[in-house]
Amino acid sequence: MAYSKKVIDHYENPRNVGSLDKEDLTVGTGLVGAPSCGDVMKLQIKVSEQGIIEDAKFKTFGCGSAIASSSLITEWVKGKSVNDAGEIKNTEIAEYLSLPPVKIHCSLLAEDAIKAAIADYKSKRK
Amino acid sequence: MIGIDVIKQELIALGKQLPIYLDYQATTPTDPRVVEAMMPYFTTKFGNPHSRSHFYGWEAEEAVELARENIAKVINAEAKEIIFTSGATESNNLAIKGIARFYGSKKRHIITVLTEHKCVLDACRHLEDDGFEVTYLPVEPNGLINLENLKNAITDQTMLVSVMGVNNEIGVIQPLKEIGKICRTRGVFFHTDIAQAYGKIPIDVNEYNIDLASISGHKIYGPKGIGALYVRRKPRIRLTPIINGGGQERGMRSGTLPTPLIVGFGKAAEIAMLEMKKDYQHVKILFDRFLEAINKEIPEVYLNGDKEQRFPGNLNLSFSYVEGESMILAIKDLAVSSGSACTSASLEPSYVLRALGVEEELAHTSIRFGIGRFTIKEEIDYAVALIISKINNLRELSPLWEMVQEGIDLKQIKWSSH
Repeated sequence: MAYSKKVIDHYENPRNVGSLDKEDLTVGTGLVGAPSCGDVMKLQIKVSEQGIIEDAKFKTFGCGSAIASSSLITEWVKGKSVNDAGEIKNTEIAEYLSLPPVKIHCSLLAEDAIKAAIADYKSKRK
Repeated sequence: MIGIDVIKQELIALGKQLPIYLDYQATTPTDPRVVEAMMPYFTTKFGNPHSRSHFYGWEAEEAVELARENIAKVINAEAKEIIFTSGATESNNLAIKGIARFYGSKKRHIITVLTEHKCVLDACRHLEDDGFEVTYLPVEPNGLINLENLKNAITDQTMLVSVMGVNNEIGVIQPLKEIGKICRTRGVFFHTDIAQAYGKIPIDVNEYNIDLASISGHKIYGPKGIGALYVRRKPRIRLTPIINGGGQERGMRSGTLPTPLIVGFGKAAEIAMLEMKKDYQHVKILFDRFLEAINKEIPEVYLNGDKEQRFPGNLNLSFSYVEGESMILAIKDLAVSSGSACTSASLEPSYVLRALGVEEELAHTSIRFGIGRFTIKEEIDYAVALIISKINNLRELSPLWEMVQEGIDLKQIKWSSH
């Protein structure tokens, strides 16, 4: 299957690969997917006092589209408020990366990952 | 370790092109000697081999019969026992459906294996729709069937056992001789799909008691679009044809024979027979070189399928914690596959690996490297160097690798399946 240029770009030069300290109270971690399905995404956000996402990191086990989707979403959420980041839809990711139908689930996983990271962050703040 | 760029320059100097072809189970390049043999049969010797009334027909017929003989010899068969088809998929269909339809009024049970090629499994599924009973034997973790299971599965209703020679995904060699013996003793027909075995390892239809065998031209450096079905004559095996028409090929497969393809197939068989030992040694040396280098440099890489009972032209490896498709993307200078070409468009992990009991996550990390007659040592060295240069980055990108390094047991995690 031929990948789009944007997928290849994010796959070859993934942005924000890495990990943040998951014990840090300002960090939210989302771990979604399952090894048996061939996709696991770990997405982390670091949130400022004002509720702005200062940093985002990811690690992904999955195909090129899964890696690109998670790389892209880390770029998009940086500088956004937690609430705005939670509004990102998988369709925007799929459209931006021109994902073929069989790879739409990769964008869905990225949406799930950011939502899970935000939920984790919010639960820590309670 | 020599630098990767140095090896790349060497390859280019040797006239090799990138990406390096390492997918010899999907297909093989046509041997130049085969192409040369075929050429006249497109242009000057273009006759229809079934034309009886003139020289063009006789000339083509003679070429077809010579090819038939060369193809038969490789498996110690008689020329008359070779039926030309369009390829192994058609041969498998003809063998399984043909025998079921001919003998179906007497016996209704077929035995095959979970790891067979899709076309064998699919043909069997269709027969199930027609009311036949099919047993799909499991395999051991090394990919081989358990002969006791086979013996126990045979009933007085069993008409056919179909077990492949060399598996297309993992390269393991099933014990054909032992299976043939069991089938002959129990009065059951034995069909084997030897598309990946024919011309590569010695097979003797008489010694192995094989009744039907499917062969493909393009897996042995011959052209695509031509194959054969070996059909035993003594004792005579009968088939109901799938394709009806002018009654060519002893009535089992009607249609004008494609002379150039058959000539090429025959030449490829002739070369395969003459050079089988040399070809085998060649791929064995490269297999060992590849596997040793990978095992030395990369932890947690697993060879799928039995290490000894296998054709060494197939190297199926699981690179744990790195998903196969992303690995293929990273090593795009190598033309490899994450399974069989027929299934690699789907997102499901290989059904063959799952039948071996390979865990799903590991099945998602497997890559098949195919080595063949035209693979050279420098290509293997380049492949190894490329994999080594990419694997660390890919594992750095993998949350699973990170978790395992932290001592987390992945099995204890509640994963959200989707």
